[in-house]
Amino acid sequence: MQEKKIICTVCPIGCTIAVKGEGGKILSIEGHTCKRGEEYSANEFLHPVRILTSTVRLKGSDMPLMPVRSNKPLPRESLFDCMEEIKKTEAKVPVRCMDVIIKDILGTGIDIVATGNAE
Amino acid sequence: MHNIQCDVAIIGGGPAGLAAAVSAKKQGAQKVLIIERDTALGGILQQCIHPGFGLTYYNEELTGPEYYGRFIKQAESLGIESLLDTMVLEVQPTGKIICVNSKYGITYVDAKSVVLAMGCRERTRANIQIPGTRPAGIYTAGAAQRLINRQNEMVGREIVILGSGDIGMIMARRLTLEGAHVVAVVEIMNYLAGLTRNRVQCLDDYDIPLLLSHTVTRIVGNERVEGVYVAQVDENKRPIGETEEFYPCDTLLLSVGLIPENELSRATDIEISAVTNGPVVNQFMQTSNPAVFACGNVVHVNDLVDNVTLESEIAGREAARYAMGSFPQVKRRISLETGNNVRYLCPHLLDIADMDEQITLYFRVLAPEHNVTITAKSGDAVLYKKKAVKVNPGEMEHVTFKTGEIPASSDCVRVDVTKEV
Repeated sequence: MQEKKIICTVCPIGCTIAVKGEGGKILSIEGHTCKRGEEYSANEFLHPVRILTSTVRLKGSDMPLMPVRSNKPLPRESLFDCMEEIKKTEAKVPVRCMDVIIKDILGTGIDIVATGNAE
Repeated sequence: MHNIQCDVAIIGGGPAGLAAAVSAKKQGAQKVLIIERDTALGGILQQCIHPGFGLTYYNEELTGPEYYGRFIKQAESLGIESLLDTMVLEVQPTGKIICVNSKYGITYVDAKSVVLAMGCRERTRANIQIPGTRPAGIYTAGAAQRLINRQNEMVGREIVILGSGDIGMIMARRLTLEGAHVVAVVEIMNYLAGLTRNRVQCLDDYDIPLLLSHTVTRIVGNERVEGVYVAQVDENKRPIGETEEFYPCDTLLLSVGLIPENELSRATDIEISAVTNGPVVNQFMQTSNPAVFACGNVVHVNDLVDNVTLESEIAGREAARYAMGSFPQVKRRISLETGNNVRYLCPHLLDIADMDEQITLYFRVLAPEHNVTITAKSGDAVLYKKKAVKVNPGEMEHVTFKTGEIPASSDCVRVDVTKEV
């Protein structure tokens, strides 16, 4: 059995929620004070996901870098592998906000998109 | 000599200036001009590539560039003008602005009203007086953020971060993702300075230790930082000698607070608050000079850009009304008093006109507390009362009420945060 203490980030109260589980199943959740906190802690326990933000090199502009992010949250354990892909990538002007810079990164079905504009 | 005439001139093209400009134009000001010293609009958000912006204003999570990108789009479609790469030297009490750029040289901007939106800057090593040598490798967190996110320069490999402010924690994550090792985040207070969500997503996610009630006591290194001494502090924030430990590192980042940038405001001779270090403003975000308005971090350091946007929209709207001659006639002044566990209130005072206005007062508490009641009272009248499970100096709180509820016999509103018994 696995036990994790999760600080809830749904609202500023920041409840500390204790989740117990085994083999991808949740056995108990304690310490939450609302429904959203219960959901958040269950997701954090089973498959935490994060929006990844970084930069890629930019060619043809005075700006050396273009800010980028994942268009959906990525599995937390994949972030460092995604960073390796992002490191190898270069964007060329013109770039518009939300242009796809890396399609389907590491087969996750999630794209890395530009968050800035460059002519 | 180059001369420009305009209705509303806005100093600073960051999130505050952009929101004020859009709002002034929408209110009907003909010519709105943003004066910005950088070569592009967006201010600090240009380097804030992380998410977390817009959660309350847009009800969605955006990165910094996406957030200001939306305002630039609006500003462009509304025909708001900007003077980039231009440094304002002086704001005269009459509203005349003297600025300089390489294209026009010295330029006079004659505005009917002015909005100060210069933002804030970081406290440095000198502000907190850390003993030790003066090697390379000591950066404020924001300077490091600019180098990494805009200039493609890495700042170091083994990092200690002093201060648990949001920028420091966000840089801890950014540096880790870029291959550096963050040894620890060191915080002198016994609680987190920034937002809880940043602790979870920037420190805990990457197993970065957070040392509360600790501080850096000495910096070691000649050419480059070789390490720092870190010690626990007692209840008076004095380092405890026997707890001092050496942390080898090549870089020290400082995230130790922000100071509103008010050199121009001081020279303009407007009243500055000793608590917030920004101009004293009424609910119209109007300073002690009626033609000069102020908004955003130049007034008080905000926690979220969403709140900056809201108060800047007020500043822009009211500056436009002032420029067009439709500013409300003020009948009486209400002072605002900081009661128990309230560090400051913004706005700092209310100028009541002949209308029932909805007022929001923003504030920060002095110390963290659980299970409190937040109240706003005027004479015998309770204008606002709400329970809160938790309050923290890192997160702004607010009270709301209508000016019509303030008794005619009272000239003061007091806000208290009291522990429930």
